[in-house]
Amino acid sequence: MIEGTIVKVSGPVVNAEGMSGAKMYDITKVGDLGLIGEVVRLDGDVAIVQVYEDTSGLHVGEKVECSEEPLLIELGPGLLSSIYDGIQRRLVDIADTHGDFIVRGVTTEALPRDRTWTFQPMVEEGDEVAAGDIVGEVQETTHIAHRIMVPPGMSGKVAQVKEGDFGIDDTVVVLEGGGEIKLHQTWPARVPRPVNRKENPTVPFITGTRILDTFFPIAQGGYSIIPGGFGTGKTVTETTLAKWADADIVIYIGCGERGNEITEVLAEFPSLIDPKTGVPLMQRTILVANTSNMPVAAREASIYTGITLAEYYRDMGYNVALMADSTSRWGEALREVSGRLEEMPGEEGYPAYLATRLADFYERCGRAVCLGGDERMGSITAIGAVSPPGGDFSEPMTQNSLRITGAFWALDTSLAYRRHFPAISWIKSYTLYLDQIQEWYLKNVSEDWRSLRDKAMTLLQKEVELQEIVQLVGPDALPDFAKAVLETTRMLREDYLQQFAFSDTDAFCSLRKAYLMLKVILTYYDCLEEVLVQGVPLRQATEHPIKNEIARMKEIPSEEAEEKISELADRVQRELRSLSEW
Amino acid sequence: MSNGSAYLATTEYRTVGEVAGPLLFVSKVKGAAYNEMVEIRSADGTTKYGQVIELAGELAVVQVFGPTAGLDVDKTNVRFRGEVAKMPCSANLLGRILNGMGQPIDGGPEVFPEEEREITGSPINPWSREEPRDFIQTGISAIDGLNTLVRGQKLPIFSGAGLPGNELAAAIVRNARILGGEEFAIIFAAMGITRREASFFQDSFARSGALERVVFFLNLADDPTVERLLTPRCALTVAEFLAFEHDMQVLVILTDMTNYCEALREISTAREEVPGRRGYPGYMYTDLASIYERAGRIKGKPGSVTQVPILAMPDDDITHPIPDLTGYITEGQIVLSRTLHRRGIFPCIDVLPCLSRLMNLGIGEGRTRGDHRGVADQLYAYYAEGVDLRRLVAIVGEEALTDMDRMALKFSDAFEQNYLDQKDENRELEQTLELGWKLISMMPKDSIKRIKMEYVDKNYNPEMAEEFAVSES
Repeated sequence: MIEGTIVKVSGPVVNAEGMSGAKMYDITKVGDLGLIGEVVRLDGDVAIVQVYEDTSGLHVGEKVECSEEPLLIELGPGLLSSIYDGIQRRLVDIADTHGDFIVRGVTTEALPRDRTWTFQPMVEEGDEVAAGDIVGEVQETTHIAHRIMVPPGMSGKVAQVKEGDFGIDDTVVVLEGGGEIKLHQTWPARVPRPVNRKENPTVPFITGTRILDTFFPIAQGGYSIIPGGFGTGKTVTETTLAKWADADIVIYIGCGERGNEITEVLAEFPSLIDPKTGVPLMQRTILVANTSNMPVAAREASIYTGITLAEYYRDMGYNVALMADSTSRWGEALREVSGRLEEMPGEEGYPAYLATRLADFYERCGRAVCLGGDERMGSITAIGAVSPPGGDFSEPMTQNSLRITGAFWALDTSLAYRRHFPAISWIKSYTLYLDQIQEWYLKNVSEDWRSLRDKAMTLLQKEVELQEIVQLVGPDALPDFAKAVLETTRMLREDYLQQFAFSDTDAFCSLRKAYLMLKVILTYYDCLEEVLVQGVPLRQATEHPIKNEIARMKEIPSEEAEEKISELADRVQRELRSLSEW
Repeated sequence: MSNGSAYLATTEYRTVGEVAGPLLFVSKVKGAAYNEMVEIRSADGTTKYGQVIELAGELAVVQVFGPTAGLDVDKTNVRFRGEVAKMPCSANLLGRILNGMGQPIDGGPEVFPEEEREITGSPINPWSREEPRDFIQTGISAIDGLNTLVRGQKLPIFSGAGLPGNELAAAIVRNARILGGEEFAIIFAAMGITRREASFFQDSFARSGALERVVFFLNLADDPTVERLLTPRCALTVAEFLAFEHDMQVLVILTDMTNYCEALREISTAREEVPGRRGYPGYMYTDLASIYERAGRIKGKPGSVTQVPILAMPDDDITHPIPDLTGYITEGQIVLSRTLHRRGIFPCIDVLPCLSRLMNLGIGEGRTRGDHRGVADQLYAYYAEGVDLRRLVAIVGEEALTDMDRMALKFSDAFEQNYLDQKDENRELEQTLELGWKLISMMPKDSIKRIKMEYVDKNYNPEMAEEFAVSES
């Protein structure tokens, strides 16, 4: 243990001398209260420590202890359904022992020590195992089998295997030469966990949100950012995805956001049922909550804590979704600490290494063949919210994120103002995964999926041009064919793209239902064009009451969609065409 | 709590090395603590207060609350108090007037504290928070109907120079009640507002008979700027104490947060920190969050802290760092509009950029009414359309519009005149919802898409809307 003394205090940054031997990113306990901090710079025997807790009351001369270990994340059964702060302290335990407010200098066990788990071995004595190999399983929740893996860097012949109920500190497999495999392992948060190799993502990440699944899908193992000014619905989008997205495990990082929002998640998730498994959503979720008024340095660490948890479950072969709300707050924490370190600022005061850190973070996601002999695949899909100041996307966080991520879901303030939700702009957003996952869609949804999607997109683009003309000459001056386009795009916007996140039937829309709905609307458009050619006045066609049925397609439950919406498509065709028979 | 016995409780120094702006550099200091409070006695005997904001070896940097005029290098005496800033809390503070640092200035009896609390407070453990879901009726349609306030929420008013932000806040304080009917205790923290604005609030509270339920913290425009950094923290410390120790429903009005941020910038500049946007410090988000996040409810406790901060948007610019960062922390915003104000509409709430993030928790069947959400969304949709069309009409004239467009235009006018404009009327929620249905009934039934059919069938009635058609002509 290295022990030094404080020589300087400035906000969350503390300088301590007599620290020779301390390494970068070692965890330290600062002052008599034992505030937790991390070494971020070394200068001779002076260590500069960023402290994860409020530094009020620290004196010059108090002691600083260096643990000589980096920030370690405990990985093992008991993680799921937990709620942690940015440095993996259990908030439930802090509340139990220290009351409703978070006091300083508290440490908790990351995993419950009083619980035992039934270990099912999957290796036998004499087997050769290497890093990443699965030695057994623990049933962590009803649907998640927690695979106990040989930690990276360990291998050998199995000397002893145990079976039965164990606590997480117990050894379950002993290797020849004395290597012990416990129910848990630890891993430094800032270091990516190794994989066998990264693979190209080809399977879509189904979100249940129509605009995303249809127009801007991403792949499992892809990453996307959601930038938007305040009130445009970043958090609602993130929580909607956390609820309904197609993933085995969801890691939700509330990074510098509102306390009440975390409460909403905590109140809602245990009562929501996962449509795929039938168990509460909370059973597949881990929350990392570092609200905006919790210490800024711990906010910086929360992103790494979250991704390390995600990597661990990916290593087991699961598809993990990581929601980071919001990465801008992480960037700001980086900026604040950098300022206190008196580093030369880059753009808008952010440190020059912002882009590097962002890239390091996002590159830890992806689809990969995990370590271990069985070539199992796992993935981490990351959705990062970005909160650009003033809703201005030219700022460094948005721009640096854009350089790395594969999809851009731009939230539009003007859509939010008119309560068009999700307020994702179909003009500004894009995805780079379309071609990679097209195959899957054609095979699993429909042959004409891509052509329908492109056609709808073209119509929506066309609408923008037409609207410019309308601004000059008024809507009445447009020819009927142009009006038919506007009529259809209005339908697309209101009856397809708008989706109410709190509706019982419409919060999650299956791919099949989305496809059928899109088909109905485009059939409507085709028929409009058809009857216009035959001389039917547009007005007569658009006043047909079938329009109202299209408007209420959303409310049809997914399981009845096939029958009811297909029937509607037929009727649209029949009834509109019958107009021209007059 | 952080002072070990190894450190002297108080020590006096006459070793001021430098005075720069609001900062005092004291050398040869031993045993001072970060954020510790200090008392500064100048040569002429006046006492000022300050706080340690940086410690480096034997040098302590002290931020002085008040003008540094009269401080010199030779004779100024600095006493370290051995404790961080604390606020004496007591239920007896209700009805009292305090200065920006929490000291009584109304000449009343001394306050005997039940407890002294550190004003920085501690973050509420997210696990211990109770979900805010109790509707607060403010009597204002644009809020109750469209952007509902709930107990434990923080909902700022984005005002502008000359806009009636204070009047709106006063109306909210006057009318606010939860469905149980319990009254609010009010913590009023003024930061850098004028004497006139302060007396407006005092008169308004006096008229509604609320004075004995109010704690005033007054830091007026001519009071020390840096003291403003303490005012909201003192106020919220008392608010938390009353809410969570005395089980009260507390409503905190903070006005004007713009002045607070100016003070923050002043200190940051004096410390020669790297500036962020528009010269405001890079940590302004964190700093504002440490104020705004002190709202909410706690599991198992009946009390609550609800915040209504008011800020003046410089040049009505909602993207200015102050409203921008505020909007990112608070649970929504109420935005005032100069155009509506010019037309004499009160409250001149520009509903389109307004938002209440917690609205969905506080409304619906069992809390307000099942059709509440749908009615709000439908009103928004029609109004947004009407407002868009106004721009179009200015270019192409009304003749070029479709019938539906003309109806939407009429709707938006009727909405502003009848729904938004309510002068001093205190509307019950039922009235607000009825009014909403009347307006919706101006529009064709098949254009209603945001409301469930069963509610439409029950409430849609074109006859009701006729009065608006008349008032239009």
